[in-house]
Amino acid sequence: MANILAFAETRLGELRRAGLETITAARQVADATGGQVHAVLVGAPGIAQFAPRCAAHGADVVLVLEHDAFANYNPEAIVATLAARLGSGYRAAFFAASAQGHDLVARVAAKMKLAYASDVTEFAFAADRVTVKHPGYTNKIVQTFVLKAIPAIISLRAGAVLPVENAKAGTVEPLACAIDPATARVKVTLTENAAGGQIDLGDAPVIVAGGRGLKEKANFKLVEDLAAAFGNAAVGATRAVTDDGWRPHSDQIGQTGRLVSPDLYIACGISGAIQHLAGLRTSKTIVAINKDKEAPIFKVADYGIVGDVMEVLPVLTEAVKQAKAGA
Amino acid sequence: MKLAVCVKRVPDMEGRFKIASSGVAIDEAGLKYDMSDFDGYAAEVAIQITEKLGAGEVTIISLGPDVVQETLRKALSMGAHRAVHLKQDTPVSDGLAIATALAAELKDGGYDLVLLGRMAVDTQNRSTGAFVAELLGVPIISAISKLEVENGVVKARRELEGAYELVECPLPAVVTIDEGIARARYPSLKGIMAAKKKPMDIKPAQLGAITYQLEKLELPAERAAGRIIGEGKDAVPELVRLLKEEAKVL
Repeated sequence: MANILAFAETRLGELRRAGLETITAARQVADATGGQVHAVLVGAPGIAQFAPRCAAHGADVVLVLEHDAFANYNPEAIVATLAARLGSGYRAAFFAASAQGHDLVARVAAKMKLAYASDVTEFAFAADRVTVKHPGYTNKIVQTFVLKAIPAIISLRAGAVLPVENAKAGTVEPLACAIDPATARVKVTLTENAAGGQIDLGDAPVIVAGGRGLKEKANFKLVEDLAAAFGNAAVGATRAVTDDGWRPHSDQIGQTGRLVSPDLYIACGISGAIQHLAGLRTSKTIVAINKDKEAPIFKVADYGIVGDVMEVLPVLTEAVKQAKAGA
Repeated sequence: MKLAVCVKRVPDMEGRFKIASSGVAIDEAGLKYDMSDFDGYAAEVAIQITEKLGAGEVTIISLGPDVVQETLRKALSMGAHRAVHLKQDTPVSDGLAIATALAAELKDGGYDLVLLGRMAVDTQNRSTGAFVAELLGVPIISAISKLEVENGVVKARRELEGAYELVECPLPAVVTIDEGIARARYPSLKGIMAAKKKPMDIKPAQLGAITYQLEKLELPAERAAGRIIGEGKDAVPELVRLLKEEAKVL
């Protein structure tokens, strides 16, 4: 049976959780249809240390490409290498629907004239076709597509498949770079993690988000304090807040920002404009604190507190600290 | 400098959507349409480049039925110089087929820089820019939040999840535009009048092969109606109890 390729995304010498999600997805397909999982791991020398983690999540073979030129992301060298590899015959290739994945995967598909399913939340493989679901229209409509070309190129929305350990041999094989990476026209000159080393919105099990109800930038401290009390929370914001420069644009949750699906989303002083709700709709549990009991956020919140965030947040932060300490 | 911007006409996302009886389209009745947000930013960025240089030309391209001419006219009224309507009367769900038609139009246009939004807000595929760049054989920097074009080199900043990159590439190139650079301006009355006299070419879209077929549209399951558990800080103990015992997230 044909094999399944999974791109194990890395950044700054680290394997990303999204990479383990793609390997887990590829494993699910290989277990159902036969064939092996081939994980592709690309990075600066040393990245091979993550091959055992790829194997633990279900890679039969880990194809490792190490080169000094991959200290930063090098899209053109990776695209050429993946296209060459996929040409040798695969049933499907999984990528993360991340900033890097989106940059990479459509180029691979266009180079090979293959159908590409972007930002997929569910997939089903049959002999001659792959059917996928991809939420669109700010997650208000679920689109179902059929891909008939082989290999099927798929990027997975963060959290659509959670990493599961399913250990396989994980034989390590070197992967040759299809072009001299130094000849790439696109050059990444710097990669830097955001200040503070916070958990990314896409990875955080808990998100505490703030809106205009916080009245001024300094009060965002209350949101940060609550996030810190959880210990595994990221801070998000509405567009109004990022437009006013209270928070960076990268914190914006909504139609034109990040689409997130944490286990717990706490909306603080957020009225719930449709463009914001689009970004958090798929969260498992939603809490809203807002002083206007008619605010639309209360229509989607599992638990609402009508009240002033400035008064409620410090009390909630203390209560969460105590709950965590007692846990 | 010659710039091209590919724009898409999309329904207003604030609207309530219904699925049409065909099952593969939304019911257009009562919906407002406009340029996709990020495509508006891309048009604005291109127009600002020519304004700053005091030279250059911005061509706006859109694919679809005749109504996309409204969207093209809006970009002209913002300050773009000419428009191309790639006529395609039936909807197409395959992004690579659409990008093939866009690339066919762009190929011999002598464009230094092609700009697109980082995604269309309706289909949310985030792929058209990369498809177009690959089909044209030029470099692409996607989802950028800062842009400088100088001495034939594009310098940009890309936002990643919890990080950023600084990226460079030579012209000609494709870039896709994220939040943070520019918001689309509102056309002035003078701009709207001037747009009426600007050239608009109309030609058939030369689509690529269709291998990605839309099968069905559905509305997602509704969330259960929300519940208010109390008022003010006195409600905090009950919230903490529910998060622990019912939702099991604390």
